[in-house]
Amino acid sequence: MRFILRNLGFYLIAFWTSITLNFLLPRFMPGDPVSRMFSQAQDQMRPEQMDELRRLFGLDDRPLWEQYLSYVGNVFTGEMGTSISRFPTPVSEVIGSQIGWTLLLGATALLIAVVVGNLLGVLAAWRRGGPLDSALPPLLVFVGSFPYFWLAMGALYLFGVTLGWFPLRHAFDVGLTPEFSWPFLSNVASHLVLPALTIVLVTIGGWMLGMRNTMIATVAEDYITMAEAKGLRPGRIMFRYAARNALLPSVTNFGMALGFVVGGALLTEVVFAYPGVGYQLLDAVQGLDYPLMQGIFLTITAAVLVANFVVDIIYVRLDPRVRAR
Amino acid sequence: MPVIDSGAEPGAGSTASGTPPAPGRPARGAPGAAPTAGPAARRARPGLLRALLSSRKALFGGVVLVLFAAVALLAPVLSPADPALITGLAAQPPSAEHPLGTTAKGQDVLGLTLWGARSSLLVGFTVGIAATALAIVVGMAAAYFGRVVDDLLSLVVNVFLLLPGLPLLVILAAFLPAGTGTVIAVLVITGWAGSARVLRAQALSIRGKDFVAAAVVTGERPARIMFREILPNMASVVMTTFLGCVIFGIGAQAGLEFLGLGDASVVSWGTNLYWASNDGALMTGSWWAFVPSGLCIALVAFALAMVNYAVDEITNPRLRGGRAGRRAAAVGATPVAPAHTTEREG
Repeated sequence: MRFILRNLGFYLIAFWTSITLNFLLPRFMPGDPVSRMFSQAQDQMRPEQMDELRRLFGLDDRPLWEQYLSYVGNVFTGEMGTSISRFPTPVSEVIGSQIGWTLLLGATALLIAVVVGNLLGVLAAWRRGGPLDSALPPLLVFVGSFPYFWLAMGALYLFGVTLGWFPLRHAFDVGLTPEFSWPFLSNVASHLVLPALTIVLVTIGGWMLGMRNTMIATVAEDYITMAEAKGLRPGRIMFRYAARNALLPSVTNFGMALGFVVGGALLTEVVFAYPGVGYQLLDAVQGLDYPLMQGIFLTITAAVLVANFVVDIIYVRLDPRVRAR
Repeated sequence: MPVIDSGAEPGAGSTASGTPPAPGRPARGAPGAAPTAGPAARRARPGLLRALLSSRKALFGGVVLVLFAAVALLAPVLSPADPALITGLAAQPPSAEHPLGTTAKGQDVLGLTLWGARSSLLVGFTVGIAATALAIVVGMAAAYFGRVVDDLLSLVVNVFLLLPGLPLLVILAAFLPAGTGTVIAVLVITGWAGSARVLRAQALSIRGKDFVAAAVVTGERPARIMFREILPNMASVVMTTFLGCVIFGIGAQAGLEFLGLGDASVVSWGTNLYWASNDGALMTGSWWAFVPSGLCIALVAFALAMVNYAVDEITNPRLRGGRAGRRAAAVGATPVAPAHTTEREG
């Protein structure tokens, strides 16, 4: 329990850091974001609207600490301002309509990569020096060397444009209305294949190698020799004895990888114009929509922190040694 | 192979038997500058270099890196014309005149790729050096001073590790004025923390050795102990983190520029991909516009990873001797700090 509370404190500090960063960036950066927005939208915006914008932004004449306090207060009540590029929709509403797609894409890719990668790692370590162990790791390291947005471009070109097997952009066909029906869900699935596949391709090597290496160390332990001497079936030794114990580092990595789910799919989303928060973040950057940009950053950070905290709690349950520290 | 050289710099007094330099002498900052050495350090350099040269992985990686460095340096000779100039018809497939075809604007893709190596490698290695330096200072200070300093620095490191990197990268780049300097600064800010954690763990295990205690007792200054006594013993870890930082730098620069957050007027592999995507090379089927730059990034990253592997295998007896250590160059593996280099001295 003390372990969990201490970690909670740490995550709160991390979140506070990102809020503070968000607060400080527009105030101390060269150039005033409001005038930048103004110069971009010159035809549509009048000076009095600019003042209004400044007020919305919290860039007023109040002392800095007062601005800071109200900013922090607003964040915790979910009040993140109004989007500029989608005026007058509140930022929280824009994010809410998009985070689901990001979660769908990220979670699908992560689950496939973790399950298949760890399984390959177990098998490679079990038959050390075998074909799986000698051929796959270098290949996966090579594939993992490509920028994943580039692999996404390649997949889009090959399977989308040239072969025409999969749709080119967005999460579902234009004209469909989101509903829980077979045509819609299968349409969503076909749009999901390419983006998820490219993320899986780049990340699976890390999972496999990590699992392989811990597994090799585990297999050398005495209790494995003991199990073999007892004459247990190899499959049982492999999964129940070795893999189970080798899985712990992967759990920690899983926590870190959850960050990838929300934030890391960004480039892939951009390539496929997938309507998640990553794509929206780029859109906000291009439209100089600072409130939306900051809102997305905070949302992603919060999601990553919460996910890591949950993994921490699970980890304590799985590995009693952590509690003793 | 300048890369390998810079990482494997030997230093002074790495064993307890080495004569400690006179106390109070000013420490002249530069890590590992002294040619004097204990017996272990004298053996370390030719050993690591020779082992690297006889490793097939390291040799392959080194050759590829040297080739790319040559391309970057010789770009003005190999392709004298300004790469951004329009020299042919738009979106032509590879031909005798344009070996890699032309972009949708009519620029020569080969020229863009050759010139792109300059900015990409420069930014990648600059980020690698700066991020490693920052990580060394933070990791060493945390390990050496311990207590409150360690708690504070570790907190900062962990916070930076946890903040989602790419979104942070994007938001920082969006607020700062566009330019190569900004890209480098942003990448260093977001890329140092992981290395600092690894280096701290390693420094911590050396901090407990007798020769460090001896140096403290003789009254050497902290900076001198950190950079001249402890750091030289971490050469291989520093090297590994440096290579990792360069890989990160090259990949992340490409990502930022692909998003249009770099300086779009600079020719680099990232901006080449940005323009290819922007001009619809995917939709018009001009694969030659985006394949070369991506392939180059992957080749450089792969070469660096191979050298990294070789260093790991050479310095980690557990990996070499058939039984694996936990610390292979798995992407994103959390540092478990099995303190592998210290065994080298024995």
